[in-house]
Amino acid sequence: MKDIVIIGAGVSGTCIARELSRYAAHICVLEKGDDVASGTSKANSGVIHSGFDAKPGTLMAELNVEGNKLMWERAKELNFPVKQNGALVVCTDPDERDHLDVLLDQAYKNGVPGVRILERDEVLKMEPNLTDKTVAALYAPTGGVISPFGLAIAMGENANVNGVDFQFETEVTNIYPIEGGYHLDTNKGPIETKAIINAAGVYADVFHNMVSEKKIHITARKGEYLLFDKAIGHIFTASVFPLPGKMGKGILTAPTIDGNLYVGPTANDVDDKEGVNTTQEILDLLVDKAETAHLCKIKLPLNRIITSFSGLRAHEDHHEFIVEEVADAPNFFDAAGIESPGLTSSPAIGVRMAKIVSKKMELKEKDNFISTRKGITHFRDLSEEEKQAKIAENPAYGQIICRCEMITEGEILDAIHRPLGARSMDAIKRRTRAGMGRCQAGFCTPKTMEILAREWGVPMTSITKKGGKSKMLVGYTKEI
Amino acid sequence: MEERQIVIIGGGPAGLSAAVAAKNAGADDILIIERDERLGGILNQCIHNGFGLHTFKEELTGPEYAKRYINQVIDFGIDYLLNTMVVDIDDKRQVTYMNREEGLVTIKADAVILAMGCRERPRGALNIPGYRPAGIYTAGTAQRLVNMEGYMPGRKVVILGSGDIGLIMARRMTLEGAEVKVVAEIMPFSGGLKRNIVQCLDDFDIPLKLNHTVVDIRGRERVEGVTIAEVDENRKPIPGTEEDYDCDTLLLSVGLIPENELSEKIGVPLDPVTHGPIVNETFETKVSGVFACGNVLHVHDLVDFVSEEAAKAGENAVAFVKANYYEPNRQQIDILAGEGVGYTVPQTIAQNIDEPLKVRFRVRGIYQGKAVSVYFDNERIQHKKKRIIAPGQMEEVLIKPEELNAHASIKQIKVVIEDA
Amino acid sequence: MKEEKTITCIGCPMGCQVTAVLEDGKVTEVTGNTCAIGDRYARKEVICPMRVVTSTVRVKGGNLPVVSVKTNGDIPKKQIAECMRQIRDIELTAPIVAGDVIVKHIVGTDTNVIATKDIQAV
Repeated sequence: MKDIVIIGAGVSGTCIARELSRYAAHICVLEKGDDVASGTSKANSGVIHSGFDAKPGTLMAELNVEGNKLMWERAKELNFPVKQNGALVVCTDPDERDHLDVLLDQAYKNGVPGVRILERDEVLKMEPNLTDKTVAALYAPTGGVISPFGLAIAMGENANVNGVDFQFETEVTNIYPIEGGYHLDTNKGPIETKAIINAAGVYADVFHNMVSEKKIHITARKGEYLLFDKAIGHIFTASVFPLPGKMGKGILTAPTIDGNLYVGPTANDVDDKEGVNTTQEILDLLVDKAETAHLCKIKLPLNRIITSFSGLRAHEDHHEFIVEEVADAPNFFDAAGIESPGLTSSPAIGVRMAKIVSKKMELKEKDNFISTRKGITHFRDLSEEEKQAKIAENPAYGQIICRCEMITEGEILDAIHRPLGARSMDAIKRRTRAGMGRCQAGFCTPKTMEILAREWGVPMTSITKKGGKSKMLVGYTKEI
Repeated sequence: MEERQIVIIGGGPAGLSAAVAAKNAGADDILIIERDERLGGILNQCIHNGFGLHTFKEELTGPEYAKRYINQVIDFGIDYLLNTMVVDIDDKRQVTYMNREEGLVTIKADAVILAMGCRERPRGALNIPGYRPAGIYTAGTAQRLVNMEGYMPGRKVVILGSGDIGLIMARRMTLEGAEVKVVAEIMPFSGGLKRNIVQCLDDFDIPLKLNHTVVDIRGRERVEGVTIAEVDENRKPIPGTEEDYDCDTLLLSVGLIPENELSEKIGVPLDPVTHGPIVNETFETKVSGVFACGNVLHVHDLVDFVSEEAAKAGENAVAFVKANYYEPNRQQIDILAGEGVGYTVPQTIAQNIDEPLKVRFRVRGIYQGKAVSVYFDNERIQHKKKRIIAPGQMEEVLIKPEELNAHASIKQIKVVIEDA
Repeated sequence: MKEEKTITCIGCPMGCQVTAVLEDGKVTEVTGNTCAIGDRYARKEVICPMRVVTSTVRVKGGNLPVVSVKTNGDIPKKQIAECMRQIRDIELTAPIVAGDVIVKHIVGTDTNVIATKDIQAV
């Protein structure tokens, strides 16, 4: 019997796993996808929220502000990229100006440092490409950007190094209590465990409701995005928000951690928890935003769009984080309703959950916990001397595989051979950015597939895009 | 720092032809830098025939066409590097390349020829809604997998875009046992050659649906189907015209874009229509001693024209190196794309010419019974009736030296489509 | 016997719909064409359309797993499928030089299937 099973290897699951890996316990993470961050965590704005948006007094507000503080520390410990670019909420209608004061008041109550209101001239000096309609803006200097995969991969790898077992492509189909714990049925066979942590994103209600009579309900709230080429990534430095609305924080125009620009997300509730398709109607709306210079004084060039994508928010009916032991299911812990600012909050969710679980289960801290982790060395970020040294040490760094993002074979090999090594095309992409550039993997696809097949010792025909049935090839020529 | 006379970036058809021509013109120190593991570029995967009718007066396949040039490069002893990527370049013609063996190396070139070719437009650029499963390939990526590596990317195929690569892949996949269900083309006409429509689609009863596009992609893991719909004159889908196709693969043949990341690093101004550098009659860009040719300059439909243009660029690079630089001997003339014309290459004339200058251009739509005219400032110099002109086929006009000499002070030349 | 066949001319982007009238297997009239190319094309295409076939053949021990091949002349269009069947099961051994004959007299024609690319042994 395992001590703890964590369902879900998204940002919540991996952060919880990492914090619990400080303790002596047999911990296993079950993930339906073939990689960390392949579900709810996969697609979002990648914003580190400062915490002015959450309602004062809520757990959401508390964990957001705490998560923001922790994020910068964790980034240093676990070597994942973050950037403090600040956030601006821009008011474009003089009649709505007082909304900024409401946000400022919330920021103050939530304990968000440094937030202030900038008048038009000041904010335009900071972001000269802001719309001419700019009246004033709320500025939050502790806002930042991050790659959600970067976070989950770092947390997952570190947890793994500290003894947490990860089982991918493992889908939990049923849970019921047994003497001293729980029985889980999965597509890979049954598992017994003393405790379960439910970090299943949009599916958290499904698992919660299997063991509890106090039902919760999570709606998949879809957000669609347009992603632009890095060539226009410099239009804004800060993440630029409109005034928030009923369904969320509104449609941003903002740079990503990698320097692309995006417009999004929209917010539409969908019935399908796997409904990550983009839709004509919403893409048209986003294109319209881009073309009509939403928040921005220039029209965004549509020929610089490199892709569109969508993600799902795990919206719990009360719009509040649930991070606790389920009242009528002992040793079943929920990390549920983790929607924005969930990414920012996840390091704090990890700490909070680890505290609750370790206390309840009387876990003992290990003395050999490894608190640091070294990420993949991104060749293009090195100095000329470092590059030379790297190639001399390993010639694979002299071979460019993805030309748009300048990713070398050395980085792809590292992504495959490190803890929780990449097995699929998307897993390589998330770890290295190979295929994320303007050609969207046109040139590097065959080469990346070849390297994956060679390193894992499998035929090319078994390589997948993202595990499961997502095979890249259907066979060989000359077969029919 | 090592110095080279002529550095050619790209060992595809443009780079090979430029190298051979430069050698023939007297250059003795040429280096071709190729990022792939073999010379020949995209020709290696274009195993169909139809190449070389202009150059060699016979029909060759892509690999055969490439081999004719590769053999010359080898026979001439022209230096080339494989698996080598140019990672940086500046306006002083300092080129930094990288490979496994040498690491990062910076060399200085007397002249640089840009011949990096083009890439395919991906799905994202089209904003096709739907899921993002496996099984969506650009036609060229599929072509490489099938023709060079022997893999099948899918067995039930829908193709979006009727560019030549898409048409060629429709036939190729069919011959390998796949079922190509339909080719959808958003425009009211195909950008592909008539010959390819007949021999790649009609021969195999593959329907071509003009004014149609993909409006949805189904399948979470692997493509399970796509929906196509008719579009109106603004290329917006018309509700109610949707048709579902079961398929495991969507191939995209929706346009090619010159690969000008390096050109941008040098600071070479690009033409907003071709997305390639603005060049003068010698194929020199706005940066002295930096030349461009082939698909990095503008996307061609025939490799023969790439070779011809690249050979000129090679010869001119040698002339530049020998003379060290050009002293403009006349006022610059701008060549403009007028009514009905999308772009011209070259875009400027910097020197007096001593042989007829070929100005290549593409038109914006299909024109029947119209004329191609050339204006020197406001004076019509040429006027030639054409049975048909289509965007898919590159057109040309010849500017004769005597015409230019007779109009010494003109500022612009304009190519227009007008009533015959 | 008299019949009509309509085809698309491939001579130029016009793509004229050319109709050929056949009497006892011979073309007696061509209409719809707008130039001489269309006439010539239609007369050949309606009687016995011919095509060059290009494909690949499997290779063992080479730097690539397949070699590109072509018929070194036209074969009748209706025999394309048979041609593909005949080369399907062939497996060559590297090295191969462009021009090497892979199959002589493919589908009973005077045409050979030849390699169009060099494959080095590895």
